Amino acid sequence: MDLHFGDSKPTDEERAAVDALLGPPQSSWEGADRSDADLRWARGGREARERRDLLLPGLHAVNDRVGWISEGALDYLCRRLTVPPAEAYGVATFYSMFSVKPRPATVLHVCTDLACAAAGASELCAGVEARLGLGSGVSVERSPCLGLCERAPAALAVKAGDPVRTAVSAPATIESAVLAGSAPDSAPEEPPAAMAVPQAGDPSLVLLSRVGVVDPTSLDDYRAHGGYTALRQAFALGPAGVIREVTDAGLVGRGGAAFPTGRKWQATASQPDHPHYLVCNADESEPGTFKDRVIMEGDPYSLVEAMTVAAYAIGAHKGYLYLRGEYPRALIRLEHAIDQARARGLLGDDILGQGYAFDIEIRRGAGAYICGEETALFNSIEGYRGEPRSKPPFPVEKGLFGKPTAENNVETLVNVLPILTLGAQAYAAIGTGKSTGPKLFCVSGSADRPGIYELPFGATLGELLELAGVRKRLRAVLLGGAAGGFVRPDELDIPLTFEGTRETGTTLGSGVVMAFDDTVPLPRLLLRIAEFFRDESCGQCVPCRVGTVRQEEALHRIVERTGADAADDIALLREVGQAMRDASICGLGQTAWNAVESAIDRLGAYE
Amino acid sequence: MTVTPLGIPRRLLEFTIDGEPVRAPEGSTILDACRSAGKDIPTLCQGDTLTPKNACRVCVVEVEGSRTLVPACSRKAEPGMEVRTDTERARHSRKIVLELLASSVDLSTTPQVAEWIKEYEAKPDRFGPDAARLNEEPKIDNDLYVRDYDKCILCYKCVDACGDQWQNTFAISVAGRGFDARIAVEHDAPLTDSACVYCGNCIEVCPTGALSFKSEFDMRAAGTWDESAQTETTTVCAYCGVGCNLTLHVQDNEIVKVTSPHDNPVTHGNLCIKGRFGYQHVQNRG
Repeated sequence: MDLHFGDSKPTDEERAAVDALLGPPQSSWEGADRSDADLRWARGGREARERRDLLLPGLHAVNDRVGWISEGALDYLCRRLTVPPAEAYGVATFYSMFSVKPRPATVLHVCTDLACAAAGASELCAGVEARLGLGSGVSVERSPCLGLCERAPAALAVKAGDPVRTAVSAPATIESAVLAGSAPDSAPEEPPAAMAVPQAGDPSLVLLSRVGVVDPTSLDDYRAHGGYTALRQAFALGPAGVIREVTDAGLVGRGGAAFPTGRKWQATASQPDHPHYLVCNADESEPGTFKDRVIMEGDPYSLVEAMTVAAYAIGAHKGYLYLRGEYPRALIRLEHAIDQARARGLLGDDILGQGYAFDIEIRRGAGAYICGEETALFNSIEGYRGEPRSKPPFPVEKGLFGKPTAENNVETLVNVLPILTLGAQAYAAIGTGKSTGPKLFCVSGSADRPGIYELPFGATLGELLELAGVRKRLRAVLLGGAAGGFVRPDELDIPLTFEGTRETGTTLGSGVVMAFDDTVPLPRLLLRIAEFFRDESCGQCVPCRVGTVRQEEALHRIVERTGADAADDIALLREVGQAMRDASICGLGQTAWNAVESAIDRLGAYE
Repeated sequence: MTVTPLGIPRRLLEFTIDGEPVRAPEGSTILDACRSAGKDIPTLCQGDTLTPKNACRVCVVEVEGSRTLVPACSRKAEPGMEVRTDTERARHSRKIVLELLASSVDLSTTPQVAEWIKEYEAKPDRFGPDAARLNEEPKIDNDLYVRDYDKCILCYKCVDACGDQWQNTFAISVAGRGFDARIAVEHDAPLTDSACVYCGNCIEVCPTGALSFKSEFDMRAAGTWDESAQTETTTVCAYCGVGCNLTLHVQDNEIVKVTSPHDNPVTHGNLCIKGRFGYQHVQNRG
């Protein structure tokens, strides 16, 4: 590859940030000063290209240190990794948390998504923007869902430096958000993750049993509360035995698509091509979803253990944990947990003396909902733009780095632990015949006790909302997030199972249950959903790239209209929606019209 | 003597298209099979010399058992597959895709698209006068070719031709996201500051005329571009010993554009800067 680099030079700070990640350059071929020896041989080439997957961590390194990515920094990073600058520029401009234009060192992300919008995000935003104007050293950016819906409205401050500092303000007032933005170091500590679990301490909990009970930083505490018994059990069963248990337990994916986990593992394990990879999808970005964050913050070792079990089952020795960029505390907790597990022989070359080798690497997302799509996530890890690939081939055959890969959501993985400790039969006895096990629900919006609830499949929507203290004058409930659908307040007897929601023409999705009272204008919510999809479309295929724009435009036109005045645009929305659903490459475009359609058909919006 | 490589014999797969049994060699796409069977399916991002990207979605067809429509250009034919190319559902998606593109992009120089818009009864105007458009100005930053991204449908063909599928120069990429995504060189700089080697292989594959010879761009602007008055002469490039084929497009005894035959088994339509743009000496007439 004969690459062309510009003349821009990195600053010392930018160079230091990249070198801290990649080590100092070995020769002028990868960015050091030129010496006589460099004229005699060329190093780099293939070896450097094999490190392409370090592009995203490299962009993070620069952005974390300086707050934006300059031409010099990008060119230096490209030189170090032998990546064409045009491609790296395409990657850097793909993620919303990066900027290729100068900006202040501190960025305050103020969530304006559904739950926060219902809790007054627009006033918060306006207030914060008025206080933190030009010259304040803080750039205020309106953000999609930050996954802090139980404490809406929310704001996240990221201050570039060495090290990067973050602060969360939720529930945010103008005062507290401004404080978090202007002085992240002195902002008050976030409440513990257990505060998001109203049931914390309830002995009947299975998945959340340790949240709020154990010290999330202590491996000993985790082991004292049943940690690592599942892994021992896995070693006793052998890989095929683990897959059999997971299959018999009837576990299906909890990320939204509900694919049988055992089948996915079996398909991956049986591939002759090697190596196999395990990928944990922790890019939880569906508006209204925060269950994975609470698990990772409150019980991080359970995910480490579950990933080890999964990797053992599919024959993988390397696991990637793709964590969304907006979860700084989950990152700290998981980094700590992985370090501890490694130090104690629970990750590494010889786990528990069983001769099985496995390790986990964390990769941070950088603000792109689409990277939660399984194949887009692979591209993101590999250092390419996070655009979905076309299927087939499916990931179990050609996934990460073109190798057989099992990708599972956080909640799916942690379900494997009780399957092994309770046994498949006992696990399958929880829930209904077709939807087995416990399920986490993310309740937010108009409720007195929002948070993560664990209920066996089969509980009704009404039971869940009652538990969460739903407030009076309920107007609508959004199930499954922006890609899900609305239901009416008189449909609270819908059973919360995959088959039950399907039969009633809605979806469980990722477990979002967002309640709205009649003070929230429905057309505004729909417009926000449409804006979300327009912003998050990767742009690869026409139905989604332009369709989401046309959808937003039509909803904008009818935001104040009803009846016959809105009929033409609703007909247009239906036609565009149908094409997005039928012809888009991936689930983002295919579901971008779901919530709007359900609001029109079920709730009678615009009537 | 020209030797046409025949390749190893391939198994024939049997399946149906619109209810009629067809046979296609293993590895064929649905589109290949449809074209062999004489069925016309519109395509935009599909290129005869490139791996299908299936980004435009105008070639979608129905396949029995598939939840969504599938792109004919990239989906491989399978034995027993039941493909339907002309259903209401497939036609609806094609119509909407054409409307979405025509309402946001300047398709005035895209071959065939006007016929398809008519055939599918697409009405791009129905999104209203305020429908967002790309609104890009032509980028004229060198003497050889013009990038008019107001005509870009983001088919990725130029990126693939510049990258690992042909040229391996990697001068261009998609930058930005969603509706704001654009083809760009690094830092969105002028072409002259980029890695571009001016081979023009991106122009060769561009399906919409977003990339065009400066000569063509200027003549179109002046209203003198007239394809019906042009002759095409295929000859051999005289610059080096490779012997690439050039097709010279001549209007009024002037070379106005150079292309290369895609079916050439060696070059597949690719040229270098000399073959593509180095024709001025031919026109120096004293």
